[in-house]
Amino acid sequence: MNDGAARQHGQQGKTTKQRSIVLNGRALVMGDDINTDLIIAGKYCKSAEIRELARHVFESMGPNRSQKLRKGDILVAGRNFGCGSSREQAPLAIKAAGLKAVVASSFARIFFRNAINIGLPVMALPGPRKRIIAGERITVDLGKGELAVARTNEVVKGRPMPPFLLDILSDGGLVAHLRKKLRSEKKRR
Amino acid sequence: MHSTISEKILARASGRERVAPGDIVDARVDVALSHESARLAIKAFREIGVKKVWDRKRLVLLFDHRVPAECEETAVAHGMIREFVKEQKIPNFYDLNEGVCHQVLPEKGHARPGELIVGTDSHTTTHGAFGAFATGIGATEMAAVWATGKIWLKVPETILIRTEGKLGKWVAAKDLALFLVGKLGAEGAEYRAVEYRGRAIASMSMGSRMTLCNMAMEMGAKAAMVEPDAKTSAFLKGRTSGKLSPVNADRNAKYEFDITIDIGKLEPMVASPHSVDNVSPVKEVEGTEVQQAVIGSCTNGRLEDLEAAARILRGKKVPRGVRLIVVPASRETLLDSMRTGIGGRSARGRCESILEILVGAGALVPNPGCGPCLGAHQGVLAPGENCISTTNRNFKGRMGSDGARIFLASPATVAASALRGVITDPRKVMK
Repeated sequence: MNDGAARQHGQQGKTTKQRSIVLNGRALVMGDDINTDLIIAGKYCKSAEIRELARHVFESMGPNRSQKLRKGDILVAGRNFGCGSSREQAPLAIKAAGLKAVVASSFARIFFRNAINIGLPVMALPGPRKRIIAGERITVDLGKGELAVARTNEVVKGRPMPPFLLDILSDGGLVAHLRKKLRSEKKRR
Repeated sequence: MHSTISEKILARASGRERVAPGDIVDARVDVALSHESARLAIKAFREIGVKKVWDRKRLVLLFDHRVPAECEETAVAHGMIREFVKEQKIPNFYDLNEGVCHQVLPEKGHARPGELIVGTDSHTTTHGAFGAFATGIGATEMAAVWATGKIWLKVPETILIRTEGKLGKWVAAKDLALFLVGKLGAEGAEYRAVEYRGRAIASMSMGSRMTLCNMAMEMGAKAAMVEPDAKTSAFLKGRTSGKLSPVNADRNAKYEFDITIDIGKLEPMVASPHSVDNVSPVKEVEGTEVQQAVIGSCTNGRLEDLEAAARILRGKKVPRGVRLIVVPASRETLLDSMRTGIGGRSARGRCESILEILVGAGALVPNPGCGPCLGAHQGVLAPGENCISTTNRNFKGRMGSDGARIFLASPATVAASALRGVITDPRKVMK
C-alpha cells in the first residue's frame, strides 16, 4: 500500500530497537461497519467485568452469524471497524473473548487507539477479506505491516505500525507502558 | 502561513511553529472531560501509579449517561467517581445535576476557542462549534492524560464544507448534518478534521453549530469546527473567565478537499435503520408507523430543538399508541423551556411556555441527561418497535432490543411524526 512508508520503516529498523509482534491463528471473518453497539451493547457497559463482556460480545449480530468465534482466532473485517462509541469495552470485549488481533481494511479512530491502549493488536490492510477464506490459518506481522495466508502463500502488505505504538503493544498496553516510562524517568533523575 | 484551524491549534498545543497533516505531535491538553466512563479511567490511573492528576482545574467530570442511577452497579460507580473527585480536589465536578456533558461543558464555560479538548465520549467533537479542537478518546488514554497532561495526536487532513443559500422553513441543522453523513458516508471523514463555512453557518445559532459538529462524528471525523465569531463570544460571555485565544483558518489554508452544498434545496432528512449513512429525504419513508418518538441528547436536546417541537405540537395531542419522550439536554435548557414561550396564546387564552406546550401535548419529560439514546433506561425499545429520534445513532440494538428499528431525524420531523403516529415531513403538518 505504501512502499515509501515501508522503506522508511526498514531504515528506522536498523537504527532503533526492533520490536516485532507476529501472531497466527484461524481467520474469523466479518463485514464492513462493525460498530461498537454490535461489538458490545451499551446495556453491558455498566462495568468492564471481563467475563460479562466476553459472554455478550457480538451478541447483536444474531445467532445466524456464519462463523462461531473460537479462542485464539484473528478477526478479519472490512471497512470502518469499531465505528461509533468511544467505549473501551469494545476492544476489551474482543480481547476478553480470546481473540488475538483484529485485521481490517480500516478502523474507526477511537477504536484503533483504544485497542492499542488496552493491548489488543490491530492492523489495517487493503481488502483482507478478499484474500481469506473463513476459518483458514493466517499470520500477521505488525512490525512489518504484513498478513500471510498459508493456503496461497500470499503476503498482503499494509502500513507497518509506527515503533512507538509497537512499544505500547509489546508492553501490554498504555498503562504498563506508562508505568515503565515513568519509572525509568524517575531513575534518571 | 497556510494553516487550517486544526493545524493552528495543534501547533500551539505542541509548542511548534507549524504542523502539517501526518505529523505526530505530543500535545498539551487544555480540558479533559469525562462522564461515567471515568470509572474505567480511575482504575487505569491507579494502575499507572501516579498520585495526583496533572492539573486538577483542567479536569471536568459529571454524570449523564445513567442519571439518576438506573441500577445498583451504576450507583456504586457514581459513588466511586465522587470519591475520586474529593480526593483529587477537582473543582469542575457537576455530579448528576446539570445534564449532558456536551451541553454542560459550553454552558459552564469550558468549551473555549483555540483550545484542545479531549473527552471520553465520541461526541466530544461537539465543542468544535466554539472553535476548539475537540476529540473523543478512551478511558485508558484519559488516565494517561490525567497523569501527564499530554496526548499524542496525528495532525489530521482537513475537509472544508461550504454552504450556499439558506435553509428552508422546517429544515434544520440536523437535516444538513444527516445529508452530509449520507453523502460522505459513515467513514467519509475518518481520521480527518472538518471545517464548516458559509453565510448559513455564520447565521446559525450556537446550538445548530453544535448539532453539526456533533454529527460529524458519525462520518468518522476526529474533530469538526466552525470559526469563532461574535456569536461564540456572546455565548461565552459571563460563562468563562481568562483570555480567549480564538484562531481562524488562513486564507490559503490547504484542505484535503472541499465541497459546496446548496442548502436552499435541502429537504427534511432521515437516517433509516441500521446505519447512520442510510440517509434519504423524509418523504421516502413517510407513513412508517412509530411507537416511540424521542427529542433530546447532545445532538438535539437544546432550547431551539424543544421550541421547534413546541411550534408543531401547540394545542395538539400526541395520539394513544405513541410515546413522545422529550429529554432537555441540561438543567439550564429545562429551566429556559419553562420560562420561554413561542408567542401567541393557547385556546384558553394563556401564554404557554415551551415546556407547558410539550407536556400538554402528552410528552413525557425525564430529567436532563442522555436519556434513552444509548439504551440504558428512560425509554428502552421492545422487539418489533419503531422509534424516530433526534439522537445520533441508529445502530441495531442501540436503544434496547436488537429487533427494534431506529430512524434519526430533526426535532421538527420527530414532533410531526409523533403527532401523526407515522413518519411525517414537518412541512405537511405546518402548511
